[in-house]
Amino acid sequence: MSSDGRRDGTPFAPHTPAETRAMLEELGVETEAELFDIPDDVAFEGELGIEQRSEREVVTELGETFADNDDLVEFLGRGHYDHYVPSLVDNLSLRSEFLTSYTQYQPEITQGFLQALFEYQSMLVELTGLGVANASMYDGATALGEAALLAERLRSVSGTEVLVPEQLRDGKRAVLENYVDGSDLTVETYPYADGTVDTDALARAATEDTVLVYAETPTATGAIEPALETVGEVADDADALFTYGSDVVALGLLEEPAAVGADVVVGEAASLGLPTADGMGTGLFACKEEFLRQVPGRLVGASTDESDRRAFTLTLQTREQHIRKERATSNICTNQAWVALRTAMHVASLGADGLAELAESSVRRASDLAARLDEIDGVTAPVHDRHHFREFPVSVGEAAVADAETAAAALRDRGFAVHTLDDTRLQVCVTETNEHAVDDFVAAVREVAT
Amino acid sequence: MRYDQARYGDDERYQPLLSEKDTTEVKPGEGSALPDDLTRDSLELPSLSEPELARHYTRLSQMNWGVESGSYPLGSCTMKYNPKFTEEVAADENAAVHPDRPDETVQGNLKLRYDLQRYLAEIGGMDAVTLQPPAGAAGEFTGITVAKAYHDHHDNDKSEVIVPASAHGTNFATAAMAGYEVVELPSGEDGRVDFEALEAAVSEETAALMLTNPNTVGLFERDIADIAELVHDAGGLLYYDGANLNALLGRGRPGDMGFDIMHYNVHKTFATPHGGGGPGAGPVGVVSDLADFLPRPHVRARDEDGEVVADGADREDLTYERYDPPESIGKVHGFDGNWLVLAKAYAYIARLGDEGLRDASAKATLNANYLAEQLDLEVPYEPFHHEFAATAGDRDAADVAKGMLDYGVHPPTTKWPEFVPEAMLTEPTEVESRAELDDLAAAFNRAVTDDEETLAAAPTQTAASRIDQVSAARDPKLSWHALDDATADE
Repeated sequence: MSSDGRRDGTPFAPHTPAETRAMLEELGVETEAELFDIPDDVAFEGELGIEQRSEREVVTELGETFADNDDLVEFLGRGHYDHYVPSLVDNLSLRSEFLTSYTQYQPEITQGFLQALFEYQSMLVELTGLGVANASMYDGATALGEAALLAERLRSVSGTEVLVPEQLRDGKRAVLENYVDGSDLTVETYPYADGTVDTDALARAATEDTVLVYAETPTATGAIEPALETVGEVADDADALFTYGSDVVALGLLEEPAAVGADVVVGEAASLGLPTADGMGTGLFACKEEFLRQVPGRLVGASTDESDRRAFTLTLQTREQHIRKERATSNICTNQAWVALRTAMHVASLGADGLAELAESSVRRASDLAARLDEIDGVTAPVHDRHHFREFPVSVGEAAVADAETAAAALRDRGFAVHTLDDTRLQVCVTETNEHAVDDFVAAVREVAT
Repeated sequence: MRYDQARYGDDERYQPLLSEKDTTEVKPGEGSALPDDLTRDSLELPSLSEPELARHYTRLSQMNWGVESGSYPLGSCTMKYNPKFTEEVAADENAAVHPDRPDETVQGNLKLRYDLQRYLAEIGGMDAVTLQPPAGAAGEFTGITVAKAYHDHHDNDKSEVIVPASAHGTNFATAAMAGYEVVELPSGEDGRVDFEALEAAVSEETAALMLTNPNTVGLFERDIADIAELVHDAGGLLYYDGANLNALLGRGRPGDMGFDIMHYNVHKTFATPHGGGGPGAGPVGVVSDLADFLPRPHVRARDEDGEVVADGADREDLTYERYDPPESIGKVHGFDGNWLVLAKAYAYIARLGDEGLRDASAKATLNANYLAEQLDLEVPYEPFHHEFAATAGDRDAADVAKGMLDYGVHPPTTKWPEFVPEAMLTEPTEVESRAELDDLAAAFNRAVTDDEETLAAAPTQTAASRIDQVSAARDPKLSWHALDDATADE
């Protein structure tokens, strides 16, 4: 059959063969191929070798493919968290007017999404205490990269050095390195002491050449940073931006970033709104209002329409690449708008009570699990004398299986996934989605360790 | 056709903000297991019941336009229908794994990644593909960073990236972000690359030329082989912006045209939902000389004997693993990119196969040409493929666009590219029927002939009427807190 019918072409073009013929006739050509203006020397005449499958075949095939993943209970975190997402979020975010829409370049017809993003920005302003939040970035790592480039653009800070903790997760560090590669900035490291910032060492490391000091809470190993105010003072003394890393759940309980002197807040917003999705994230980005014209990414603002009613629109687009080209504050165009919508829905469904309670339980669950693991002979948890949020390092250095890799593999055989930090330490993370398996997990660690 | 969008609200405002309905303030520190100095004093957020929230978001959705609301012919954005079954695929609980799991426990996800890498490589005529970049512009950044790493590795001293004036703004921003000077290339009189201008622009300093083909007004760069030779002779690389790949599926491959690096906008070409501005995904393909520089981790397969499989044909006996390419640029996303989007793209490609992909390009091109034929507007540059730039002539393209909103369609991209006066860059995609195209043409023709008064008052049928963008930028109010402050100041 010719490829102009529904049956063997794309199933998503509505043309009947008769319609196609009529349209071609109107254009004065006989075949669709005549409409293509590709010179012979670069035209592709071969086969791609991709077999067309029915919808049912694709669904079945992918179901089988995904079934090849092992069914493990994950005690994994380190920047990517599994929190229970209310059905409301799936159900409403999947409404096609949200899901299948584009960037809101025609605000009159996209008020719904604009308002939802305005509400998302507002929630981040509340959570961070800073004046401005954007409508999302790709993830926490790219948001940190953008914060570094923001620091370089600001005239009030001069210097070339970005200071980050030694314990920064590799993914964040590697992304940051790439973001600053085209600038004059370099990334330098300051040490931790007992799992959080070594403030004396930081004070020595921060010099007039420092343009940004980054600290995070919780840290990559889940510790709640006790000295953020001091970090802010060190940054301030060096005339550097204090960039505070966190996530949207932790911000519901921990001291407001603005209160400890944060200039910029970056981190993960998708810890609410998105289930574990093999690495998908949403970058939260908030900063002081005085940096407004240097903010990367989309901003939604309130305005009025012809009937003088409040309405929303993308604003300050002269910062963006489609207007400013190479002088834009960022190259970001498509961001994570739909996940930001889901985050806003999730926060709204929790409310202040629910979010504070989720955050509080994230501390309680971690300390309860650590205490139970610590009772096991040869196991120490948490390793550092710190408060923890969701997760903490576990030393098996004195256990029967003293090697962390071997211990993790033995736990895997028993149905659990954990991180290995180094030769003797694991890291475990507990939330409401794996809490049901804590008893079995503790028993498995005991078996492995003793 | 007249269109009425749902609207809610009163004389002061449309649908109230969540914060205007009910809020609760809590003191998270009280009763916390944490000491006072670690906890916040106050948190104030909306406090609404589930039914109230369901109504809020349902109303917001009814005040929003998506591809399923009607045609959405935004040139260069490729807004096509997103098949429903891909959502089902992406919602598979077995696919929802943590990115730090060991390889042997996530063979399914790694297999899918591997197969998608392979499909995309075939479609683009590339040798290796990374799936990590989370959007098209992130793909550009990845590609240019790979080019830079390649030049550094070979001690090529390069400082410039050439970008046609008509290119997407992201190309310019990306090249600058990677530390290159941007050399802007004017368009020729026929709307294509001006070869003489290109000859003048290319030098030993040229790290790369960034092009899309067909270009931004849908024209195929027929001289692409000569362009490639010119750039390659100067030691530069050719970068393909995948924004317009929908016009080429199964008919032309960037790799065969001499491109060394390309990104794919899977949310455009492979019909994953745009989600109001993301998530997208921007995989990057490269020729073999550049494969060692791709982001880490990359995914490869081994056979039963432990040998790395070079071509990756469909085989049952493979195991999949992540590895770090030897000269990797590092990472461009904190984890492994936008996985759910990638899974949907795979499902879409598998559903279409060779024949469906070729037909998508055919119908997209047929639709664009048919639509242009029905318009009373001049289309200065042709022959075009999947999109075309009409000109609104002596009318203001932005006003015409507002007029179209009332006639049941989303307007095209306006006032871009700049070399077309009052440009209306239109891309109907393959998913519109002849009847829809006729309606779309009617909306264009009507709006462009509406009298000044009607256009100035438009839109009238949308949730909001014409919005004051100037005061929004002059006096930015970016959160409900800012609105409260503004009220307090009065």
